[in-house]
Amino acid sequence: MSAVVPSVEQVSDPVIHAAGLRKVYGDTVAVGGIDFDVAPGESFGLLGPNGAGKSTTMRMVGAVSTRSDGELSILGLDPDASGPEIRAQLGVVPQQDNLDMELQARENLLVYGRYFGLPRRTIAQRADELLAFAQLEDKAKAKVDDLSGGMKRRLTIARALINDPRILLLDEPTTGLDPQARHILWDRLFRLKEQGTTLVLTTHYMDEAEQLCDRLVVVDKGEIMAEGSPAALIREHSTREVLEVRFGSDRNAEAARRIGAIAGLGGDRIEELPDRVLVYADNGEHALAAVVDSGLEPITSLVRRSSLEDVFLRLTGRSLIE
Amino acid sequence: MSTTPSSTPSAAPAARSAPTPAELTDAARRSRALGPIFVAEHQLRTMSKFRWTMIATAIGTPLLYLFAFGVGLATLITGNVGPGGANGEVSYLEFVAPALLVTAATLVATEEFTFGVLLGLKWNPTWIGMNASPLTGAQIVTGHFLFIAVRMVITVSIYYVVILLFGAMPSPLGILLIPVGLLAGFAWTFIAAYSATIREDKGQFAVLQRVVILPLTLFSGTVFPLAQLPWFLQPLGWASPLWHASELGRQFAYGPTEPFWLTLVHVVYLLALAAGGWMLCQRIVKRRLDK
Amino acid sequence: MSADTGTTTASGRASTRRPAARGVRSLYAGNARSVVVRGLVATRSTNWIVVLTGVVEPVFYLLSLGVGLGSYITGVTDPQGNPITYAAFIAPALLAVSAMNGAVYDSTWNVFFKMHFGKLYQGMLATSLGPLDIALGEILLALLRGGVYGTIFLVVMTALGLNLSWTAVLALPALLLIAFGFASLGMAVTSYMKTFQHMDWIQFAMLPMFLLSATFYPLSVYPEPIQWFIQAMPLWHGVELIRSLTTGAIGPMLLVHVLYYAVMIAVGMIFTTRRLRALFLD
Repeated sequence: MSAVVPSVEQVSDPVIHAAGLRKVYGDTVAVGGIDFDVAPGESFGLLGPNGAGKSTTMRMVGAVSTRSDGELSILGLDPDASGPEIRAQLGVVPQQDNLDMELQARENLLVYGRYFGLPRRTIAQRADELLAFAQLEDKAKAKVDDLSGGMKRRLTIARALINDPRILLLDEPTTGLDPQARHILWDRLFRLKEQGTTLVLTTHYMDEAEQLCDRLVVVDKGEIMAEGSPAALIREHSTREVLEVRFGSDRNAEAARRIGAIAGLGGDRIEELPDRVLVYADNGEHALAAVVDSGLEPITSLVRRSSLEDVFLRLTGRSLIE
Repeated sequence: MSTTPSSTPSAAPAARSAPTPAELTDAARRSRALGPIFVAEHQLRTMSKFRWTMIATAIGTPLLYLFAFGVGLATLITGNVGPGGANGEVSYLEFVAPALLVTAATLVATEEFTFGVLLGLKWNPTWIGMNASPLTGAQIVTGHFLFIAVRMVITVSIYYVVILLFGAMPSPLGILLIPVGLLAGFAWTFIAAYSATIREDKGQFAVLQRVVILPLTLFSGTVFPLAQLPWFLQPLGWASPLWHASELGRQFAYGPTEPFWLTLVHVVYLLALAAGGWMLCQRIVKRRLDK
Repeated sequence: MSADTGTTTASGRASTRRPAARGVRSLYAGNARSVVVRGLVATRSTNWIVVLTGVVEPVFYLLSLGVGLGSYITGVTDPQGNPITYAAFIAPALLAVSAMNGAVYDSTWNVFFKMHFGKLYQGMLATSLGPLDIALGEILLALLRGGVYGTIFLVVMTALGLNLSWTAVLALPALLLIAFGFASLGMAVTSYMKTFQHMDWIQFAMLPMFLLSATFYPLSVYPEPIQWFIQAMPLWHGVELIRSLTTGAIGPMLLVHVLYYAVMIAVGMIFTTRRLRALFLD
């Protein structure tokens, strides 16, 4: 993969460097020794199912959770010694909003800016800009309690930007939002990316990872399974296209076995899911023709391009969203 | 092979130049130094949303209590309320006023040390948000306490003025009841430390209120001298911050009524409780936020 | 919402519902009992220490004020003017106060919390239960708790020799009446509440009642106008009612007290029903 994505050291010093990073709670290993670097201006993702250790990793990077073992430096600083210095450079969008429900939207930005010791005038000016950026100008005086989920999320992002951070950490930024709210949020994050903000985000949505990440690691059970750009990961761990065929839930298993036996599809992968059979092929239409020629009659069929979901399935044998 | 998308790190849009160590230190300097003040600022802003409730309560409560105890109940009191001070005979109102003031501070403190702490850590976890900024867990605790100090000063000062209006404060030294009230409130910091350990709300606060706070309040020589209680209940008073604070307050309001060493014991005991609970609470919150 | 849930009730009654009957039918499925059962089940899974410690609260008050403060005080009488000890004077008042506090807590804080945070009621309303079932259920649950506490306190009073007449037995139903009155009023008020801070106002309204309603000293210490004002407050009637029963000072005033609470319950329930309809149905 290094042929495609140049290692970050060649470009400039990484803003985040983790090596053998571990987090253990009692007997439970949440993060089992992971390595990654994030370059300045890069948009880096951790993709994995719930409970993979993504949030724990984010908290360690956010300098609020002490690592159990391994190396970690953010902007060249060790979080154990320089937590406040690191956090002064970060913007954090946690998985659970923790805005002050009793305050108005704008007031939330004002009080948060003060935590960084910024002058009131600077904060007030930035708060107005950020409310505009988050498309919340007309909600400036609304109590947070009265905002919709998507609005709260955008306000949290605005709050995370109040200190003009070098790195923005986003933990599951769009979980629980409706499709329209997600798209608005992606658009805002894309703008930040264009402006050169380093983004680090966790997600269990492959479309989100594909939209926002230059490069990502696939995480499962506290371990990194693969690393690369979305395109490279798909290229490396999946075929160009996927044929999805459905035969009805009680016939899928039998069909999968018969498809596996079809000559010409050999070497390609076949996944049997409860509701459908996935046939990985460079040319999906050809694969479909071969399936039909073999005498099988799918109820429905669909040819699509491979996605990160397929990569994850390949690497772990499980679906991202369970 | 298709060309790599323009979003590889090498082609990333102009990233900012790396910060120098001095810049990094500088950016966190004010937070390191003034963090607790920023926290208190936030809490005060939230409190200002309820200023009318607060002001009405802060004025109405002392009026009612002083009227009920000092004027109403006093008509029934026939016994002596203990040694008087330099000014001779002490009226029941004068006796009870300092105790009511420190009790008011205790009420504010115990409310904030229980609900206030769990609000920030759990119900509306603003403390987690604060901790994601340069602020540390210890600073958040100190900031919360600073805010409580402001709340208590407001409450206690109003109480003091109402006592003056009732003519129940013989000595000018009575102004010292304001710091004594603060001390009385902060002597309950161990409650804050306990609250910070609560993960699931299973009625612990109700139990705490009934089993710890209430007996320490009722058997504390506030509305009658401790000596009136049966001997086996008196140790409760000696342990109670309220007894120490009430007696301390009485020394300033109309004292001295006790040997100087005992007054010193009150101060040391209250300070020790405040400092111990404060440090323990910092440690517990720090550990809880670091998960 | 409830119009739909009405049709799904097991009793076929709902299918014949006329528009005019919508008023109470849609609010009340006659199933308050299931709310009580749910409440009891929830109580079982929660902390029994909380329930047990509820008993000690008035006992602590009695020890502190009756014994400690009482050693100072002479010249208190029962409602008919016979001299009694301060402990016997204050114990029935503490009982009435704890009935008020318990009922108000259960019908305000508790209901408010469930309404706004627990989202418990939405779940219940999605079943065949109407809002009035829930309201009645909560009140009955509160009364059950109050009854248990009250009984224990009365036993403690008897042990300490503070029940001066056999009529003290009637203090228990009187206690439930008082609690019902405060709970139905509390529930009505809670339905108007929007934030926690509104709850503080309830506390603030209860404080003068607690301090001034002949709880700690007789009404006679006040000038006449203040006496009239206090006699208009519900707690005064509760304190006098229970004090009359535990001291055996039986007279026609008892009927006035009982009537006061009957009216209070009726008004509270009417308001609660109206408000619940506004909140959940319209």
